[in-house]
Amino acid sequence: MTSRQFNKLATRIGFWLLVAFVTIIAVFPFYYAVITSFTPSSDLFRIELWPSTWSLANYVQVFTQKSFLQAIFNSILIATSVVFIALLLGITASYALGRVRFRGRTTVLLVILGVSMFPQVAVLSGLFEVIRALNLYNNPGGLILSYTIFTLPFTVWVLTTFMRQLPMELEEAAIMDGATPWVTITKVFLPLMWPAMATTGLLAFIAAWNEFLFALTFTLTDSQRTVPVAIALLSGGSAYELPWGPIMAASVVVTVPLVVLVIIFQRRIVSGLTAGAVKG
Amino acid sequence: MSTTLDDSAPTAARLPAKAYRSTKVRRQRVKAAWLFLAPMLVVLAMVAGWPLLRTFYFSFTDASLSDLSDILFIGLENYLVYDDGRWYGVLADPIWWRSVWNTFYFAIVSVSLEVVFGVIVALILNAEFKGRTFVRAAVLIPWAIPTIVSAQMWAWMLNDQFGIINEILMALGIIGDPIAWTADAAYSMWAVIMVDVWKTTPFVALLALAAMQMLPKDCYEAAEVDGIHPVKVFFKVTLPLITPALMVAVIFRLLDALRVFDVIYVLTSNSTSTMSMSIYARQQLVEFQDVGYGSAASTLLFLIIALATIAYLYLGRKQLNLGGDA
Repeated sequence: MTSRQFNKLATRIGFWLLVAFVTIIAVFPFYYAVITSFTPSSDLFRIELWPSTWSLANYVQVFTQKSFLQAIFNSILIATSVVFIALLLGITASYALGRVRFRGRTTVLLVILGVSMFPQVAVLSGLFEVIRALNLYNNPGGLILSYTIFTLPFTVWVLTTFMRQLPMELEEAAIMDGATPWVTITKVFLPLMWPAMATTGLLAFIAAWNEFLFALTFTLTDSQRTVPVAIALLSGGSAYELPWGPIMAASVVVTVPLVVLVIIFQRRIVSGLTAGAVKG
Repeated sequence: MSTTLDDSAPTAARLPAKAYRSTKVRRQRVKAAWLFLAPMLVVLAMVAGWPLLRTFYFSFTDASLSDLSDILFIGLENYLVYDDGRWYGVLADPIWWRSVWNTFYFAIVSVSLEVVFGVIVALILNAEFKGRTFVRAAVLIPWAIPTIVSAQMWAWMLNDQFGIINEILMALGIIGDPIAWTADAAYSMWAVIMVDVWKTTPFVALLALAAMQMLPKDCYEAAEVDGIHPVKVFFKVTLPLITPALMVAVIFRLLDALRVFDVIYVLTSNSTSTMSMSIYARQQLVEFQDVGYGSAASTLLFLIIALATIAYLYLGRKQLNLGGDA
């Protein structure tokens, strides 16, 4: 073997080792959570990569807790409503920002960018007051309202980028035919915007599903919790005996749908993220 | 970023001369534009603008969470006050300064690591090899997992008694005794950073990958013909060309890292060795019910992040301008 061939082989092996290393690091924690969730609590002190006894006890325990089912329901309700509101307000706003030239457009875009960079804690006390005044404390409505602070700017931003890329001939024809802007949006743009809306909707859904700070602060009782808060607050008798089995079971339940969605839509998500960040 | 903000009309808004001359259509469009923007602006004012102003206002009062209507204006007392030979207020609280230090330490270290690992992962995904789609899906998994869940997963793996990390490290002979990763002040910040890097490297990797895929192929072919070492090609060609996209990724990540709350809250709770500015402010606001004092901390947090953003944008202006074209 010449040294050149040897170098080439070494590079190949090195590359594959790196690929294997990256994949294992990425997947292993989730794999281990799944394994733990199927391990009976009495076996948790033994560290195994493949459980010797499989058990559904952790899942049974999680699903017989009424508050966990309620949390899943709350999360679905809140995330879906947030997506709906963000898309509805986002599509009209992005038409205005992407297709019409008017004074103050730059200012509006800057405001949106500014809001998307907000630290959430900075509005916590003010938002708390607003939510209480609207009688939405400890209520999914309060969270739906507050989640627009991060889903709306993002949705508008990405949809505006997409809206701009559509050819202007489309709109010219509509204007020549005397269509009003509202008709132009619903009849001309909406059908073309579905892919972009699916992407931003999915990203908004994930963001709302995962949110923690507002959900922790603006809810009080177990029945109003969302999934992240329910998982964070699952605890046993003391800090030293956390119920790791059920925590992992609950984690797997709320994560599997997201992982499946992300893998199915990975191309779309990548394009949405890059439109929001690189082109934005 | 700048392309969107510069006020030259987007191609689509340049209407045909005939339609544009008709001022009626134009006026109608502008009116419709504001009408369409109104609902969004109202909602943003309600959830962002007004609450932010109220937070500023509360920071000058003695408001408490139990009753926000009965408040007294106390000036700068929440920030800094000299009373009876001692300084009081957020600015005189060593724990606040500790949390500022922690936040910046966390943000800078974790974002730097994310950029390095993100570029490495992007280089892997940019290479042609069998099973690339599979690896790309696998790399996305950490990003898809909710932060709370990843924090809990790692908390379990880092558990001092039954955690697999201690087990592996002890089996390899790297450590002699189990380490209390999340409880020991010497390690807890690193545990937090590790979890954050694990979770958000995919985001940076995706942005870097998108930038790499837009690079012209011919300079790579030329480099290969000239027999230039791939490492040199990376530092001389790839890295400079993807830097604008990386700068954008970095600012998104930095802004996220400076407001970090959930990873730290779940992994190490309110421990001072990892307390971030957001945790500090929320603890004052909600747990100690001191809205005035907590709002002062929130206001400072807002100002610090705003200043950091402006400084970053100013320093990286050139790159960001290029970033708009990427």
